[in-house]
Amino acid sequence: MRENVVIRTVVRLAVPFIQIFALYVIVHGASGAGGGFQGGVVFASSFILMTIAFDLAYTRRRIGSRGTMICSALGIAIYEGVGILCILYAGNYLEYGVIEAALGIPHLHGYLIDLVEAGIGITVMAVMTSIIYDMANRGGRSA
Amino acid sequence: MRKKALLAVLFIGIILFWAVEDMPAFGDPESRAARHTGAMYIERSYADVGIDNIVTAILASYRGFDTFGEVVVIFTAGMSVILLLRREGRL
Repeated sequence: MRENVVIRTVVRLAVPFIQIFALYVIVHGASGAGGGFQGGVVFASSFILMTIAFDLAYTRRRIGSRGTMICSALGIAIYEGVGILCILYAGNYLEYGVIEAALGIPHLHGYLIDLVEAGIGITVMAVMTSIIYDMANRGGRSA
Repeated sequence: MRKKALLAVLFIGIILFWAVEDMPAFGDPESRAARHTGAMYIERSYADVGIDNIVTAILASYRGFDTFGEVVVIFTAGMSVILLLRREGRL
């Protein structure tokens, strides 16, 4: 399949649009249909498409095994950090309302939800990509 | 064996179609699910959370702790796949 010019060209054209759409779905989670889980999976699907059309090494140059591990922990850390921030503002865990009340910024509640959705998206994208790396890597060298 | 499997599939399928009769009509405002918590979320979620999407308001704000657990489940699944498939001869 690696010699097929049509598939390679179409994938090269489609991947940026898939990634833009994924970011749109993540950012649009608070105001329309969308969210971190869906956007993260769409973003990971662009890497899966690259792995199918080119090969594993090509995709790994974009985001390596180390990158997926760091990203999967980073997303959870963002979510956890927002929760801890709410405790620091004398609220319950993930009680976003107290930060909005303390700082007096309107719609901060919605922005914090966007931040949490972005964290979910990063984790889902990294975990899906990492699973595909391990499943596509049967018999070859890993790392 | 295949006949038994077909029989089992048909049996379960008939039960499921039988159960569909008891489901509320699509978008029925008088259904059991819409009368209690559903109406409360529709009335209050914008005042409570301040975002338009009720689903995201429930997911990230009312049920924020639950969603955190879901993300941890996905993270654990990814780590498990790494531990099982990326051993490189160890173990």
